[in-house]
Amino acid sequence: MAKQPEKKKDVGTTGHQWDGIEELNNPLPRWWVWIFYATIVWGIWYTIAYPAWPMLQSATSGYLGYSTRAEVAADIAAVEQANAGLMDELAVADLATVPSNTALHSFAVNGGAAIFRANCSQCHGSGAAGGKGYPNLLDDDWLWGGSVEEIAYTVANGIRNEQSPDARWTEMPAFGDILSKEEIGQVVAHVRAISGQDADAALATAGETLFLDNCASCHGDAGEGSRDMGAPRLNDAIWLYGGDEAALTESVTMARFGVMPAWSDEHRSAGGLSAAEVAAVSLYVHQLGGGE
Amino acid sequence: MGILDRHKVLEKNATLLLVCSLAVVTVGGIVEIAPLFYLENTIEEVEGVRPYSPLELAGRDIYLREGCYVCHSQMIRPMRDEVERYGHYSLAAESMYDHPFQWGSKRTGPDLARVGGRYSDEWHVDHLADPQSVVPESVMPKYAFLLDAVIEPGHIADLMSVNAMVGVPYTEEMIASAEADFTVQVDPFGDSDGLLERYPGAQVRNFDGQPQLTEMDALIAYMQMLGTLVDFSTFTPDASR
Ligand code: HEC
Ligand code: HEC
Ligand code: HEC
Repeated sequence: MAKQPEKKKDVGTTGHQWDGIEELNNPLPRWWVWIFYATIVWGIWYTIAYPAWPMLQSATSGYLGYSTRAEVAADIAAVEQANAGLMDELAVADLATVPSNTALHSFAVNGGAAIFRANCSQCHGSGAAGGKGYPNLLDDDWLWGGSVEEIAYTVANGIRNEQSPDARWTEMPAFGDILSKEEIGQVVAHVRAISGQDADAALATAGETLFLDNCASCHGDAGEGSRDMGAPRLNDAIWLYGGDEAALTESVTMARFGVMPAWSDEHRSAGGLSAAEVAAVSLYVHQLGGGE
Repeated sequence: MGILDRHKVLEKNATLLLVCSLAVVTVGGIVEIAPLFYLENTIEEVEGVRPYSPLELAGRDIYLREGCYVCHSQMIRPMRDEVERYGHYSLAAESMYDHPFQWGSKRTGPDLARVGGRYSDEWHVDHLADPQSVVPESVMPKYAFLLDAVIEPGHIADLMSVNAMVGVPYTEEMIASAEADFTVQVDPFGDSDGLLERYPGAQVRNFDGQPQLTEMDALIAYMQMLGTLVDFSTFTPDASR
């Protein structure tokens, strides 16, 4: 049987009564009341210590002088301090020599991996294996160059963008306006032949002269590609846009125009990467497997 | 009976209670909100911020219609991790012409406040049409229909007038040339001098690569200008805000 609660000293009632049930007028627990008073005191202190009261021109700034902007600046400065100048060193380092400086290199590669995930993976894939139109950065097939400096130049200035005046820039003409449909068929057959795929031999032979006349200036006589022109190598099995007949015909007829944004904060002041960050991500890409 | 015992009156009169609660909330509201309209340091003056061009505004409308804000915020908070990932923290001035603002409160996808210039137009087309084609891990829905949705500039002057009504400084000249500005922004061979004079820094290109002007053009024009108006190489925000 439930025990009847022991009645404490008489606290009186509030005068409320329903069906014989009375509301007792117990005082609030002391601890509760004191905490309540403490929050009021704390609240007043808070508005004095931190930015709060609106005045005529501006709000009071508080005697602690706190500001979120100052705090984030201090946070960033603290991290830079903690890296003890490694970032400064990276920003001005001769990139070719960094891989032999173990401490700096491993710092750069770890930081670079994080930068890659946040900024590059959307196009080049989270594992850097690329996709249609976005080159694989793991292999040693480079469009523009695979030394650390070349990679850093590509990252800082980007490719075919309007952001950097120094962006890498070449353009393949759209051959739909220059060659007839048959001629495009022939040159495509030739490209398939030099890349070791099945192709109609007669068409391919006819395409060879066309290739030498129209394509070799950029892609090389044997289709070996040219880094000066950013022209992909065509005599291997690695394709940026695809090596089947349909994709090749589209590449030749319409041409392609792969764009990569410029990442240096010189060209994108609000969202770009600092010189040290560009160096770090380039060193990361360089050690993925294809670096030269 | 002291004043403190008078609460019974309130407790027994539902209507009076309602009226008095409203009074309390109103005083609180006025004290918190009203100063923001006159305090000079609410929105600092920042060079470069301008109203949206007609095409960008239409793109913004599509952003609202499709509920992109459900998954994306447009507010880089002043914290180290956000600044490192997205770029300079957002300034109040950068959303001063947003009605309603798109700060958002939930990030299923990344913040978009500085997405402008981060990707190529082609990437945006591929990504909006089929996000998984470029980011296999993505849970973002497909918006391929935007490529087929041709838009006419007929309603754009009205949209700008409404924005002007709530305080966006669109001039009569801007509203009068709304339709022309709208179409010329996707025409790299058109005469865009007027557009660029009215909306400095507007990007003029065929954004989706198709001959007709579609909702995809408008949305990408909007994406590509987000967060690009302020030049942070010359602007240093006041730290005491
Ligand atoms: C908007 C998509 C996009 C983003 C984001 C992007 N890239 Fe690229 N990147 C490309 C495209 C497209 C190409 C190839 C352009 C061409 O056809 O020449 C490329 C080429 C490159 C190359 C040259 C490859 C070679 O073979 O010479 C490197 C290196 C590179 N990207 C690194 C990066 C890094 C590092 C980042 C992140 C900081 C990044 N990219 C972000 C689209 C992108
Ligand atoms: C002005 C230099 C230039 C000329 C001339 C040129 N190309 Fe190209 N080609 C390029 C460039 C640059 C690219 C890379 C485009 C990109 O990445 O967006 C390319 C890309 C290609 C591709 C795509 C490769 C891949 O990996 O998917 C094919 C195929 C191709 N060209 C074939 C040809 C053929 C065939 C001709 C002659 C009819 C030709 N090109 C003439 C510069 C040229
Ligand atoms: C269901 C939630 C969801 C909705 C709705 C959504 N997105 Fe996304 N979005 C994502 C996710 C998740 C990502 C990250 C993966 C990716 O890149 O696809 C993303 C990425 C993006 C990016 C790339 C951002 C970056 O910096 O990597 C852009 C741009 C974008 N979305 C635009 C839009 C637009 C415009 C709409 C409306 C038409 C939209 N999103 C609607 C979830 C969503």
